[in-house]
Amino acid sequence: MAHWAFLIPLVPAVSYFVILLFGKRFGERCSYIGIAALSAAWVMAAINVYQWIDRREIVRESIEWFEWGGGSIRVGTHVDGLATMMLFVVTSVSLLVHVYSLEYLRGDRRYTHYYAALSLFSASMLMLVIADNTLALLTSWELVGLCSFMLISHWWEDKDNSNAGLKAFITNRVGDVGLIVGIIILYFVAGKTFDIDTINSAALSGSIRHGTLLIAAVCLLAAVCSKSGQVPLHIWLPDAMAGPTPVSALIHAATMVVAGVYMVARLYGVFFAGLSIDEGGMNLLALVGGVTMVIGASMAFVQNDIKRVLAYSTISQLGYMVAALGVGAWTGGVFHLFTHAFFKACLFLGAGSLSHACHHTFDMREMGGLRKKMPTTFLTFTIGTLALAGVPPLAGFWSKDEILNGARANDFPIIMVLGFVAAIMTAAYMGRALYLIFFGQYRGHAHPHESPKVMMIPVSILAGLAVVVGLLNAPFADYRFGQWVKFEVEVENRYGAAGEVAAAAEAEGEHAAEGEVVAEAEGEHAAEAEHVIVHSITEIKELAPGEVVLFEPEEHEFNIGVAGSSVAIGLVGLLIATWIYLLRKAPKNLLLVNPFRALYTLLLQKYYLDKLAVDGIAKGTAGPVADGSYWVNQKIIDGAVNGVGVTTKKYLAPFAYEQLDQFVVDGLYNGLGETTKGLGSAFRKLQNGRIQRYGLWLFFAVAILGLVVALLA
Amino acid sequence: MALNQFLLLSLFLFCTGVYGALVRRSGVLVLMSIELMLNAANLNLVAFSAFYKGELSGQVFALFVIAIAAAEVGVGLAIVLLLYRNLSSADLDRADSMKG
Repeated sequence: MAHWAFLIPLVPAVSYFVILLFGKRFGERCSYIGIAALSAAWVMAAINVYQWIDRREIVRESIEWFEWGGGSIRVGTHVDGLATMMLFVVTSVSLLVHVYSLEYLRGDRRYTHYYAALSLFSASMLMLVIADNTLALLTSWELVGLCSFMLISHWWEDKDNSNAGLKAFITNRVGDVGLIVGIIILYFVAGKTFDIDTINSAALSGSIRHGTLLIAAVCLLAAVCSKSGQVPLHIWLPDAMAGPTPVSALIHAATMVVAGVYMVARLYGVFFAGLSIDEGGMNLLALVGGVTMVIGASMAFVQNDIKRVLAYSTISQLGYMVAALGVGAWTGGVFHLFTHAFFKACLFLGAGSLSHACHHTFDMREMGGLRKKMPTTFLTFTIGTLALAGVPPLAGFWSKDEILNGARANDFPIIMVLGFVAAIMTAAYMGRALYLIFFGQYRGHAHPHESPKVMMIPVSILAGLAVVVGLLNAPFADYRFGQWVKFEVEVENRYGAAGEVAAAAEAEGEHAAEGEVVAEAEGEHAAEAEHVIVHSITEIKELAPGEVVLFEPEEHEFNIGVAGSSVAIGLVGLLIATWIYLLRKAPKNLLLVNPFRALYTLLLQKYYLDKLAVDGIAKGTAGPVADGSYWVNQKIIDGAVNGVGVTTKKYLAPFAYEQLDQFVVDGLYNGLGETTKGLGSAFRKLQNGRIQRYGLWLFFAVAILGLVVALLA
Repeated sequence: MALNQFLLLSLFLFCTGVYGALVRRSGVLVLMSIELMLNAANLNLVAFSAFYKGELSGQVFALFVIAIAAAEVGVGLAIVLLLYRNLSSADLDRADSMKG
């Protein structure tokens, strides 16, 4: 299957075009085209998972994309553990969301558009995860951004929705500039290649100057911030909840927003070497992730809209993933991505079910006491909540624990503390949501009822997965996630002789392409050769120059202390929520007391970051620019036009009519007409329609030309 | 053998072709005259190719011309056939509907 991996994105892509072209004819039935395509993709992804576990052999296939004088660009698929996992996650969640939308979007005014966009999104996301070069990555990165924009403003008749779409699109553009610049830098420093493996290998080998790598990594980090909702570019993600709920589950929780995390995991060599992750202490990636997880979690407390609570929770969890990669816990970060996709999609679809039941509201103040009325939703939502809060043995516990443990073992104490703080907050705000929705008295005016099966079955499947997937990396398991999905790249030590080797590498640039082919052919031999495995740059530096080793980020043993503390902290968070929201023991006017009051306002205003971006930057530039343009338009341009008009009318027009128009212009045109007429009657004789006469003129002219040429020569 | 003899023959063939193409009225004969001109050019090519020993491009080019001439005759004959169908004769003087 891995050799045919390009088929997996191709099938939804075909489905997109079919729905787009024949949507009118199929009407509501077009959803089944999408479901069929995603089922096919899911089957292929599942076969791929099976084969990967069986063989664990990285498969690369590529074709020449385009060629020019200076070289060529290849594009292809690169199927390793990470890609295999992502293929499975994306197809699974996408398929379930397709099914769920059958009911949720029934009778929608743009039903076919919705399914077409879902198909396109699935295709682009699947292409993103198997891309073997940064250029293909960039292309699909932009495509998923486009689909996100289309689906957020799906109900664009409402101004808020189209504004949310624009905000998402424009905020993402800021980061995309970083991505493009980063890719261009890496293209040149890694020896004119877009190939991801080569870039990783070059970054770790020391043939690129550290400063350059740092700049490239920071540029790419901007893209991570925008796509994966990291502070300060997270502001679009809560607004993106304006889209239909299944879209929020698929795009803004499970798949698209993890594209940034995926990109870091894929280009880990660049980040690892550029940000000196192995030195411990602190680095930019870990800092961004650490700040994001706390800020995101704190803002989730003051939201009354359940989808917004989940959106801030997503931001916070994405912060965990980024921080995990920042502290060098590669497996932990990727594993959290994997588990989070399932339980967060489950929670979002549960929120959709709640709104379906309660008159399309997401406001938790109008819910309450739904435990009895919607038992399936309650059960699945509780499972999702507990998984998110990190209660063992549910999925979130294992992955979060691994991240915290990585931060401890790799000497990132600040990140570990931030992680614990965020964990207690996560448990508390999820407890708050759970109690507000399902316990107490019903406060709305609708007649809530359980959603139909076609919605609840996908949610139940996701809840089931949220229970079991965490066990894949449990310390007592025979086979572990970390063995299936890992980052590995062959590295040659080029430190020390950096200058000279880099020059040699450039000279060898052309051979490199041939070398790759050979390497592919000898792939099996290389695997047999069993390189030494190293975990840090220091170890690479200690090698003999030119020695080739295999780089893998370090994995750490399960630590009972960290695990125990994280469980305890999660339970404390839940208890706090129980105390305040279920037992109602907290003082009623707590929020009126000043420090709490101020904090509440600060959180409600989203730390004023939105205000800064929208009012400060967007309006700040738009206002003066608009005023200035208006002034220029009114005073200068209009003045000039008016002045010219008045002058012309008074002085120029009479002269122009009498002298210029009557005499010069008319004369010119009459003369031109007469001349043309005369020429026409003269040349008409040539155009006698006799083909042989034409031939005669032709030969005659050529003969004269030949004579002239002969005489001149 | 000297080059001149071939060139003279080629010149003769070419002039015959030009003459035929310009004065003959039948479309078929005009086509044949055009073939004569093409073959005169071919003869030139081959002659020069033989004159400069080891230079094969002239011969290769001649082969190309022969192949293209075959295609051209196909198209030309089809045109003449259509003329005949529409005007009931292959007389080129009668095909003067382009006259301005």
